[in-house]
Amino acid sequence: MKNRGLAFKLILFTLSGTMAVFLSAFAYFYVSSKDSMTKCVEENARNLTHSTVHQIEKVLEGVQKVPLNYASLLSARNFEAGDIAGLVERMVSTNLEIYGAAIAFEPDALAAGAYYFAPYCYRKDDGHLMNVMLGDESYHYFTMDWYQIPRELNRAAWTEPYYDEGGGNMIMATFSVPFYKGKDAEKRFQGVVTADIALHGLQQIVSAIRLYRSGYAFLISRNGVFITHPDSRLVMTNSIFSIAEVKNSSLLRRIGKDMINGGEGLAALESGLLLPDKCRLYYAPLSSIGWSLGVVIPEHELLEGVHRLGRMVILIGLAGVFLMTIIVMLIARRITRPLKDLSAATVEIARGDLDAKLPDIQRGDEIGALARSFEEMRLALKDYIKHLTETTSAKERIESELKIARNIQMSFLPRAFPPLTGKNPMEISARLEPAREIGGDLYDYSLIDDDHLFFAVGDVSDKGIPAALFMAVTKTLLKGIAETGLDPARILNRCNLELCGENDSMMFVTVFCGVLDLRTGRLKYSNAGHEPPVIVRRDAQPEFLPVPEGFLLGVEEESSYQTMEIELEPGDKLIVYTDGVTEAVNAAGEFYSHANLMATVRSCWSLSVEGIATEILGSVKLFSLGIPQADDITVLALSFAGAEV
Amino acid sequence: MIESLMKTAAKVIGVFFFVLAMLGNANADQDRRQVSFVPQWMPQAQFAGYYVALEKGFYERYGLEVNILRGGPERPSAEWLKKAAVEFATMFLSTAIVERAKGTRLVNVGQILSRSSQILIAKKSCGINSWQDLNGKKTGLWGAELSIMPRALFRRYGLQVAVIPQTSTVNLFLRGGVDVVSAMWYNEYHAILDAGVEPEDLVVFHLSDLGFNLPEDGIYCLESTFKDDPQSCCRFVRASLEGWRYAFDHQDEALDIVMKYVNEARIATNRQHQKWMLGHMREVIDLPEPGGYQTLLKEEDYLAVAGELMANGLIDAIPAYSDFLENCADVNEK
Repeated sequence: MKNRGLAFKLILFTLSGTMAVFLSAFAYFYVSSKDSMTKCVEENARNLTHSTVHQIEKVLEGVQKVPLNYASLLSARNFEAGDIAGLVERMVSTNLEIYGAAIAFEPDALAAGAYYFAPYCYRKDDGHLMNVMLGDESYHYFTMDWYQIPRELNRAAWTEPYYDEGGGNMIMATFSVPFYKGKDAEKRFQGVVTADIALHGLQQIVSAIRLYRSGYAFLISRNGVFITHPDSRLVMTNSIFSIAEVKNSSLLRRIGKDMINGGEGLAALESGLLLPDKCRLYYAPLSSIGWSLGVVIPEHELLEGVHRLGRMVILIGLAGVFLMTIIVMLIARRITRPLKDLSAATVEIARGDLDAKLPDIQRGDEIGALARSFEEMRLALKDYIKHLTETTSAKERIESELKIARNIQMSFLPRAFPPLTGKNPMEISARLEPAREIGGDLYDYSLIDDDHLFFAVGDVSDKGIPAALFMAVTKTLLKGIAETGLDPARILNRCNLELCGENDSMMFVTVFCGVLDLRTGRLKYSNAGHEPPVIVRRDAQPEFLPVPEGFLLGVEEESSYQTMEIELEPGDKLIVYTDGVTEAVNAAGEFYSHANLMATVRSCWSLSVEGIATEILGSVKLFSLGIPQADDITVLALSFAGAEV
Repeated sequence: MIESLMKTAAKVIGVFFFVLAMLGNANADQDRRQVSFVPQWMPQAQFAGYYVALEKGFYERYGLEVNILRGGPERPSAEWLKKAAVEFATMFLSTAIVERAKGTRLVNVGQILSRSSQILIAKKSCGINSWQDLNGKKTGLWGAELSIMPRALFRRYGLQVAVIPQTSTVNLFLRGGVDVVSAMWYNEYHAILDAGVEPEDLVVFHLSDLGFNLPEDGIYCLESTFKDDPQSCCRFVRASLEGWRYAFDHQDEALDIVMKYVNEARIATNRQHQKWMLGHMREVIDLPEPGGYQTLLKEEDYLAVAGELMANGLIDAIPAYSDFLENCADVNEK
């Protein structure tokens, strides 16, 4: 991902953003249209159920009216036994909806001795009416539902549907109305007036209902038994409760109870209960008969329209996303192509070819600005490199000049002691290790006359060329003044005055100088703010030479210096050094210190003067190993052999 | 030439096998005795054992060719037997005793159901929680000999109930026309549940638990039938018991068989209901060891039922117990 190109990232982010927006819009569309679709279908189911219920109720009410009228007639008037059959026949003949009718009396109610009295008239298949008398040993009609229920409940009632006695395929239901003799407390049950209807008409009304492909309507009786159902095997054999028992569904049983108790409602059912798939059931009661009508709506079919629409929207969305991909790719390419060219050109520039041609991008946008900046950068770089080349050559020249200056400076310093004719009363050796190419330390020694040796060690306050020049002046002055044969204090006094006079840059120098009488070993010395030298007496521990106080040279014209004297015995050694030795720093930030110097001297004092100088220098370098040298280091060692050897 | 010879040979062989087959059939027909049987009600799992015995060929195996007729309320099984239209019939013990007392020379050859499934069901909403609460309630009772045990219960505890005659449905009870309904545990009880009534809303009184046991389905035949051919009679009982055993061991298959008869008779019932019924039959039928004989009708049960019939005026005298049953354990197989 990190290493992917700009175009890829552009496409990825743009598309994922677009997809997110599209998907959330789609989800909202889907959920809300599903909801509204469901509501709409539920509303339709409700209307359909109600209109069907109304249609059936109208038929039933039409039938109910007939026995109700006859029952009130029978309650109001006394009829002869012979008239009853005529009444029954008229009920059937004048009401096409009625399949059969009966007026059944209580035992002996109409006439003594007529235990059974129940004329029944029904319509035969050919349309003719058939009159029979019900009731005998094998048909004890008093215990039949159509007789007993209105009798015991004292009100008109519909029976459960039943198969027609003729063994036909017809399902019938009977509406029975009780009639009485007498009024109020005297009221005595006399019998019932019944009207049978064949249910196939109602079955057809309900069976005709089809919702989507597999939705259907069904009718259940007061006992929950199916009166109509698309699966004819369930009709009259199974009830909604037996289905609930088989499917082990307490929900369906609860719904069934609500249905037979006259409830109305909507329920969502799991798959496999009333349809192989999930479905919704809307139900409403047929109040006059106590039955219930249910309308089953298959959920997936109900949502098919929404799904189809959803698929279309997804398709359009995908096409849009595809188109968008192409557009984004084109835009990305338009952006990245000049960038790629620019990048290729900058590779050339990076390699050092500042004359490499940048692509000519004539655009006003950010890419154009970037290209222009690149061109400016290239030109600036070119200028800079040119300037740098010039500077570098100048610096190189200065460096070579500095090298020459160092050579000149070093050539000021005595290389070896001038050979002494015939006698060698002392040895002297000095080493100077400058911190930069040219340093500020100085040393000098020379014979003033045959018996006197002048020597000095100094340290100019700064380093570099100004210090070197100042050092050259000091050394020349010291040597010049020393040759006049003055004692060391006077030499320093004169030198100080000379330096102060010309010292505009306020440089200064510390100096230790001495004059040794080679015959006697008497050493006169003076000091201008310099480190005290180390003296090593034969057969004694090395120690610091006591030095007179004196301010450094080149600052105060009024400064004065004193000369001190000691006698050197043959074999005594003097070691003069600059603060580059004692103030050398190691990696831990510690100074080399006087103590270290003394320890080094103790270990090497018996060596020759060259050996001592080399040893001290080596010790300091070892001490500050890895740390760049900060100051010039100078060591001068002198050994007195004694006069007239 | 060869061809016509082959044809002739084929014809001869064909005729030979045909004759052989005819002989075999004739043999089987001669051996098997043709009998008819009628259960006391329409096809349902209450008679699963007999249908299974027929369909699975158990009767054939016992040398019987059985024709099962369709029983029902319009054609009581006792009538068939009385007219000698069938060899065997099932009926309740009470029905059989009444018939015997009326002079029909029928005998019990096997008591299949020795325990009663008869119950009284009441709605708790009518304020009935124990049998004492039955006092003063409208109670649906079946006709004559089926009502003797409830009546015995009412008489023993001095319960005054308003008896409403009841026939084949429980609709009057469901509509609230009676407070109490007569029922068979294996049939009407489930039918009531199947009409959306919850078991917890009902109170059930098992008459046998209250000490009023009426042995139900027994196999009966005429005395003369038994005398003529006791072996066939006892084989019928044994094959029927095997049918019951098979039905209990293969309930799904048994239900398939029952449903076949149910559908042929266009009976308004369903498989789930028949399953309940078969399950209950298993509880009330104590099958003997394989090959053994059904437990005999116990004399005390017989006398108790006959006594109640007398008390209800349904019979004038109690027929002798020893005349009433034939014990197949005494019949030696040829």
